[in-house]
Amino acid sequence: MDNIAGHKSSLTWAVHISVALLVLLWLLPTLGLLVSSFRTADQIAGSGWWAAPFPQEESLQLRTAGPDEMTQDGDLYVIEGNLLEQNGAGDLDISAWGTSARDVSAYAPGKTAEMRGGETMTLEEDGTYRLTSAEAFEGRGERVFVSATVPPEFTLDNYERILFSDDSREGMAKAFFNTLTVTIPATIIPILIAAFAAYALAWMDFPGRALLVAAVVALLVVPLQLALIPLLRLHLSIGIGKGYMGVWLAHTAFGMPLAVYLLRNYMVGLPKDIIENAKVDGATDFQIFTRIVLPLSFPALASFAIFQFLWTWNDLLVALVFLIDASGQTTVMTRQIVELLGTRGGNWEILATAAFVSISVPLVVFFAMQRYLVRGLLAGSVK
Amino acid sequence: MNPALQGVIIVVLAVAVCVGYFWSSNQILDRVIFPAKGEKAGQNINRANMVRPWLFLFPALLVLGVYLAYPVVETLRLSLTQRVGSGYEFVGFDNYVQMWNEPKFREALLNNMLWLVVVPAASTAFGLLAAQLTDRIGWGAVAKSLIFMPMAISFVGAAVIWKLVYDARPLGQDQIGILNAIYLGLGGDAPQTWLTIPFWNNFFLMAVLVWIQTGFAMVILSAALRGIPEETVEAAIVDGAGPLRVFFQIKVPQIMGTILVVWTTITVIVLKIFDIVYAMTNGQFETQVLANYMYDKLFRANDWGVGSAGAMVIMLLVTPILVWNVYNARKEMR
Repeated sequence: MDNIAGHKSSLTWAVHISVALLVLLWLLPTLGLLVSSFRTADQIAGSGWWAAPFPQEESLQLRTAGPDEMTQDGDLYVIEGNLLEQNGAGDLDISAWGTSARDVSAYAPGKTAEMRGGETMTLEEDGTYRLTSAEAFEGRGERVFVSATVPPEFTLDNYERILFSDDSREGMAKAFFNTLTVTIPATIIPILIAAFAAYALAWMDFPGRALLVAAVVALLVVPLQLALIPLLRLHLSIGIGKGYMGVWLAHTAFGMPLAVYLLRNYMVGLPKDIIENAKVDGATDFQIFTRIVLPLSFPALASFAIFQFLWTWNDLLVALVFLIDASGQTTVMTRQIVELLGTRGGNWEILATAAFVSISVPLVVFFAMQRYLVRGLLAGSVK
Repeated sequence: MNPALQGVIIVVLAVAVCVGYFWSSNQILDRVIFPAKGEKAGQNINRANMVRPWLFLFPALLVLGVYLAYPVVETLRLSLTQRVGSGYEFVGFDNYVQMWNEPKFREALLNNMLWLVVVPAASTAFGLLAAQLTDRIGWGAVAKSLIFMPMAISFVGAAVIWKLVYDARPLGQDQIGILNAIYLGLGGDAPQTWLTIPFWNNFFLMAVLVWIQTGFAMVILSAALRGIPEETVEAAIVDGAGPLRVFFQIKVPQIMGTILVVWTTITVIVLKIFDIVYAMTNGQFETQVLANYMYDKLFRANDWGVGSAGAMVIMLLVTPILVWNVYNARKEMR
């Protein structure tokens, strides 16, 4: 069509560039978080994530050796060594240094600093230093602030800390398993119940069928906010209380309208001949359903399963109301992240990693099953 | 017991109970209640077939009734009552009046209206743009996949992602939030804490939802665009219409129905929006929305009357879309 219009090349370039911009705009926020989750806290605080692949100027706080290393040179007591090696800072070039937190880059490398008590210190670019004093050194080594260009550094430490630390305030391992515990039953149970109902609505004739389909469509948009209080009261009064049972039931119910709707729409489209032939051959509805309709409906079942999985995995509100009690033993990942936002708002290495642990599973499911997701969306909304 | 183990057991048990229920109820119906033999065989088969649909439907109807239909009625009732001592007392519309007089509620209502205008419009527009552009290029499928990706990310995850985008460091330090870095790079004088600037911060929250929903709009609209008959477009080009004119006057009118469906679907999502606001500002700095206001009332202030009234307002706002959806579904079934 474009060649009919006659100016294909310039327009095509414009399209390529606009799409590239759009994709970049949509990808950048997530990319920022992903990159941040592999950086150290110092690096995150030191520069934007987009600067991560480049070396950056960083300010380090190091400490010289203590009085153990002290030698005597004439009248002077001397401590010598290499500041960078002693602190395990690696092979860096020092660009400036200082001995006070108020002015961390007071001296250039090779200069000598006069400190209180008549001490002097000389620090070279490669980190070798000489600390002299007229009196014997006491206590710990001297604090030194060093500015150096640090090569880019990526680490898995954040993930180790988030996944394997025992600290329940920042550890995600427990929340991860809790989320999984909520998600799997809440995905599987509604499918079966909905499939039978969808079959009845699609292939069985009975009075009130159209009304029921309309009711399902109506319930599709009923905000679940309405259900919170009445159901919490119901759960408390019949003894389920707050816990997994309650959240499984709630998710099953809240997913039900979509499940019935999607599956019915799909089943209605199955070839009529197959089902009628089976009936003529004497198959009961139960047999037709389990042997013919259910296997043929696999794509729709998969679509709904993905929707329900994503929705239950990502849910916060239902878990807050029906699952999480005061003990905090049943917290899910979304809740844990909100907590971290409150308590560790500035610690991006923790936040980014925790968030990525939580969104990695849906992302894998998304990229692996995208075909079914798209098919489900189309079946669910295009009229 | 370990909850994970409990989960596995419940899955197996639930599946067994479901299958057991459907199988045995059918068996009982066919063998015991209306056996297809004896002198009334024919009549019995007919009767069994009248009952059977309800056997298939029963569990789903039970769940839908108890968990979705009953709460609508119960919430309506609760919104008209007030806790007095240990019991509840009918107070008419007092809760609604009290709510209306709260500045925080009006703020929430106003903000929700703002969301309602901006988010569906922006998501649909971006989605339409992305759908139209990606349909014409070789790597369109990859581009689509990447724009669609935020769909899989939780609102809470998205909140963290965008908080990093909006992050602000004091002047003089390197900015780590990309928005402030760009703002300063373009000549801004001081880093802004974007989420605390009243009124405009609403738009920074909305951006998160637009970012998530654009992929949805794109997928659906792209399918609709592909369904447009080629001849109409070709005829327009032959008649000398430019690409913009073809898009706005030939393509868009033909997919208007789908655009409307996308619009209303996103509208419903917007009305229920909770997680993003809860995680990012918790309604502070004049960013309150109805769902978060209601959550505040229910679980922080423990005022179930006013909380339920808030929920009813959301329901009321959803109702026109509900009616329209039902109307369309019925039209389609005929």
